[in-house]
Amino acid sequence: MDARTQVPTNGGWWLDKWGTAWKEQIEKFRARFGADCEEVRFPGEYPTDVPILYVKKERIVEVLSYLKEETGFEYDFLADITATDEEAEPRFEIVYNLASISKVWRIRVKCRCPEGQEVPTAVSVWPGANWAEREIFDMYGVKFSGHPDLRRILMDDRWVGHPLRKDYPLKGYQIFPTPMAPRPELLED
Amino acid sequence: MAENRVSRAGLFEEVKVLERKPSDHISIERDPDDLWGDSRVIVNIGPTHPAMHGALRMVAKLNGETIEKSYCEFGYTHRAKEKLGENRTYHNFIVYTDRLNYCSALINNVTYAMAVEKLMGIEVPQRCTWIRMICCELARVIDHLICVGINAVDLGAFSFFLYGFHQREEAYTLIEKLSGARLTTSYTRIGGLMADAPEGWEKEVKDWVKRTRKVIDEMDALLTGNRIWHQRTKGVAVFNREMCMKYSWTGPNARAAGIDRDLRRDQPVMFYKDVEFDVPTAQNGDVFDRYLVRMEEIRQSLNIIVQCADKLKPGPIWVEDKRVRIPDKDVVANTMEGLIHHFKFFMKGFDVPAGEAYTCFEGGNGELGFYIVSKGGPNAHRMRIRGPSVWHYQGLTPMSEGQKVADMVAGLGSINVIAGELDR
Repeated sequence: MDARTQVPTNGGWWLDKWGTAWKEQIEKFRARFGADCEEVRFPGEYPTDVPILYVKKERIVEVLSYLKEETGFEYDFLADITATDEEAEPRFEIVYNLASISKVWRIRVKCRCPEGQEVPTAVSVWPGANWAEREIFDMYGVKFSGHPDLRRILMDDRWVGHPLRKDYPLKGYQIFPTPMAPRPELLED
Repeated sequence: MAENRVSRAGLFEEVKVLERKPSDHISIERDPDDLWGDSRVIVNIGPTHPAMHGALRMVAKLNGETIEKSYCEFGYTHRAKEKLGENRTYHNFIVYTDRLNYCSALINNVTYAMAVEKLMGIEVPQRCTWIRMICCELARVIDHLICVGINAVDLGAFSFFLYGFHQREEAYTLIEKLSGARLTTSYTRIGGLMADAPEGWEKEVKDWVKRTRKVIDEMDALLTGNRIWHQRTKGVAVFNREMCMKYSWTGPNARAAGIDRDLRRDQPVMFYKDVEFDVPTAQNGDVFDRYLVRMEEIRQSLNIIVQCADKLKPGPIWVEDKRVRIPDKDVVANTMEGLIHHFKFFMKGFDVPAGEAYTCFEGGNGELGFYIVSKGGPNAHRMRIRGPSVWHYQGLTPMSEGQKVADMVAGLGSINVIAGELDR
């Protein structure tokens, strides 16, 4: 990564406005989670717009609920969950983009996940994470342990492969002559 | 007559045979409100159904007309945009952003251009920014007009829709003058615009605003006080503040539930700090409140358009940055260097420095975000599109629980789920 270029934030005032708050938060966060906070990438030192906290995937649910509820953090809005394929082990990075509605600041939490391993689900903290995690499973094949309904979401259930992996071929067909049948088992109480 | 009586008696006897024994009679533990007994039925609504906006599918277990449990499916128009974003150059990807939320294509164009400019540290000239702001607000007006119009059509108010659609077509004519296209605009470029606004365009925009204000007032008079509309929308498809927070709802739908959050005001990009506008909110989070918030937002957007058109001054629309500036056609046609530059730009693309950023902007429906991870080179490493419709559509299942089917249709229309943005 080329750290010489600095990514300006929206309107150019985020680092000035939230820089000290972010530093305090990171200090507090490191004191709370210790070695489980693997790495912190701060804007200015690394080309990013908001700080990135790398945490161990085993403690991700605890981290997310801590960031959501602790005063001084109050990241009470889940903007997005996504993943990236880094092509080298640990292969996948799960990315949680968080925001605060009252304080307006934003932060990014990441956890690394080697291929074949599972990440705890964040549905208990944000019910809305359900579909985003299903999409990651669909597109990358990363499984979420404890997820209530982990099936494919954009692709057909019979689809083979995970399209957003870097080694997935760009051309090819998988044709299903029949549509996906309704699933009455999902409608049972 | 006698024959008739005999045959009738026979019929009764048959019925008697069919009658259940008291031991398995269901009325013993039957819920008195449960009129339909165990006659539950699973109904498949969509993916091609006039009440579902786009190719959306809901499978619902109905008790009479009440939805007891349901699940939603989508992905019928999945076009692998995120994969395309990783395999096309940054310039190539602009056209794909039109096809996200096709009701407000300009907002997608602008947000995408801002996302790449943020990674490259580019600041576009003033005129370009003001034009972009007018574009965003025009697109927002169109988006809201569609949403309230189609929602009213779903509930049987057809003429309301036609008022709005006329103004929408006129707005598309204005956009056509800018970009040459009505729906799929592809108007922005990284670091600039496809073309400058034609002479006198801002005056036409102001005239359109004047006419639209009148039409919005007429639409307001037509529906806001209408008793049938009240009965059909108040208290229907409620999604309260707490649920909005749980399901990450944003935009007008969240503001209708009392979440006072507008990224144009809270996270000002472009020149939103320099224009005056109010952020309307409502409390109940039902279909009626979403309608009211959208109607007020149309008015606020019209105010912003007038302010931007007043501030539009002649000037350059392109940033003077050799990396992203598309060379002028006379330079390309007449000089060797220009031709090479042109060829390299379109065949190889420009390099974006390594880094990552999540850029978001208040789209027509809510927070539209582009999370771009670059590792250098002309293609993105990851191009994530955060469309608000995904999160809104996810809330449809809890929202429609215990509602009638017709109320689910009202709710779906009011949250304005756009399939292009949902499926990506």
